[in-house]
Amino acid sequence: MADNQLLALSGVTLAFAGNTVLDDVNFSIPRDAIVSLIGPNGAGKTSLFNSITGFYKPQGGSVRFDGQELLKLKPHQVTASGIARTFQNVRLFREMTVLENVMSGMHCRTKSGALAAVLRLPSQQREEAEIRAFSEECLAFVGIADEANREATTLAYGHQRRVEIARALATKPKLLLLDEPAAGLNSGEKVALTELIARIRNELGISVLLIEHDMGLVMKISERISVLDHGKMIAEGTAKDIQNDPKVIEAYLGQDDGEGQS
Amino acid sequence: MTSNSNGAVPTHGLGPFLQDARLRWVVAIAILAFLVVAPMIFGSYITVILTNALLYVVLCLGLNIVVGYAGLLDLGYAAFFAVGAYTIGVLTIQFGFNFWVAFPFAVLAAVLAGVIIGGPTLRLRSDYLAIVTLGFGEIVRFSARNLEITGRASGISGIQDPSLFGWQIRTQTDYYYVFVVLAIIAVIASFRLANSRLGRAWLYVRHDEDAAEAMGINRVQVKLAAYVIGAIFGAVGGAFFAANLGAISPESFSFEQSVLVLMAVILGGMGKIPGVILGAFIIILGPELLRDLGEFRLLVFAVGLLLIMLFRPSGIWPGRRGA
Ligand SMILES: Nc1ncnc2c1ncn2[C@@H]1O[C@H](COP(=O)(O)OP(=O)(O)OP(=O)(O)O)[C@@H](O)[C@H]1O
Ligand SMILES: [Mg+2]
Repeated sequence: MADNQLLALSGVTLAFAGNTVLDDVNFSIPRDAIVSLIGPNGAGKTSLFNSITGFYKPQGGSVRFDGQELLKLKPHQVTASGIARTFQNVRLFREMTVLENVMSGMHCRTKSGALAAVLRLPSQQREEAEIRAFSEECLAFVGIADEANREATTLAYGHQRRVEIARALATKPKLLLLDEPAAGLNSGEKVALTELIARIRNELGISVLLIEHDMGLVMKISERISVLDHGKMIAEGTAKDIQNDPKVIEAYLGQDDGEGQS
Repeated sequence: MTSNSNGAVPTHGLGPFLQDARLRWVVAIAILAFLVVAPMIFGSYITVILTNALLYVVLCLGLNIVVGYAGLLDLGYAAFFAVGAYTIGVLTIQFGFNFWVAFPFAVLAAVLAGVIIGGPTLRLRSDYLAIVTLGFGEIVRFSARNLEITGRASGISGIQDPSLFGWQIRTQTDYYYVFVVLAIIAVIASFRLANSRLGRAWLYVRHDEDAAEAMGINRVQVKLAAYVIGAIFGAVGGAFFAANLGAISPESFSFEQSVLVLMAVILGGMGKIPGVILGAFIIILGPELLRDLGEFRLLVFAVGLLLIMLFRPSGIWPGRRGA
């Protein structure tokens, strides 16, 4: 049973200076699925991403991914094990081109070192060509191949978000974590994003976990939805289950503003 | 639209000048031709100064990898220069090694020192490195001044000139050409590193450590690589410096030496190879060109440097660093 889960969190607890951010969270993602994580502002969604990816160190619990415990790993080790992420606020590498940004993802899948570079060994040259070719493929996949040589931070916002996704795909992940990928996009771009996420799963076989406030997008694309509120998982199920769950409605109504809906 | 529209990645370490490959070759050949004939045109005095400038090119390019690419502030770079020089001095004089046998040990000693100092420190916030490297520079000099084996304050003298494939390196002009070759190797190695997987990783980590980690880059390992490679450049410079002078003493490796190299790197423009080379030449030739000013020359030079740094904080070479 546990084996068909790609990622399984159990009893994950995270606190900052006595302030509990994640409270005994149990959560799992089946293989080959698109799952969404929703919840009001400050619920702890990004903190959950950071706990999975090694940026935060939960005080207790376990994070199992593909048969491996992640809790004690550093972020780069988590990425190497097959989880890639984007950030809630786009974090591209400044002063570098779009292509170079995407090439960063291939770092953990290649190994040429300093000596190979200085001596221009054939193996190093081959690897460089491979890094570029695969990065270009990733850019083409997200639909911005023609922007490869532009400085990444000068792109339109929607395209910067795609660079981030391409960069994550370049790490050849089994699971992709997207933190509010639709934030700041117009409706046309949101439709394109929805299609892109579906293609990532359908064509590349990469599972997707999505944090998103746009309920329309979430309901449309997710096979399963989990709801986090004040660090606790309060509901889990299909779009229909969630929409009718009184606990969920209460969590969103209890919010100070209506930002949860859109 | 652009000339490199076919997906060419810009060459890092150049800046906007010299992006054209043909122009690059012309400039490189012109500089090379100048370097070859310089000792024949100028007298021995200028040859000595040019040799020193070329040594500085090696040191500055080494520190540029640490400071310019990886963004690590190293305030004790002269320590690696000292490790290279003293390894040669001690092994050739105290143990009777041939220069070329001692040379790999000089490099190895720098690598070890780099790992010992950098390994634990680079895990911490970057600010700590500045303090630790500052201390390391002083410890190395203090040890050199107090250990029997390093000749205490008077240092080591009588280091023999090496020979290479039957060529006895002896005269000042011989050493000048040795340093021409070393500088060329340093330039080529710098370019190749800058445009490699590791070179890009340095930029990723310098720009955004968290995003780099998220992309699967081990930031500690990548920074350590930069620090150790910088150390190797320093030790190679130090080894040939020791052979050239034949005598070394603790005062050749002072804090001022570290600051001077760092100043050349910042002046030229961190991460921009031609700028760093220019910086090295300015730092060495500047005071010489101002010789007519007598006692005030260093003051005038220092004020000039300050003004340049004030008005061009990203260095004299055009373009942004790393681009
Ligand atoms: N590094 C940190 N140090 C202290 N508190 C933190 C830290 N990171 C997150 N928190 C706290 O954890 C809580 C959850 O934050 P988190 O960013 O995970 O929420 P979120 O669900 O992603 O919200 P949003 O929808 O606004 O992005 C907040 O109260 C926040 O202040
Ligand atoms: Mg968040």
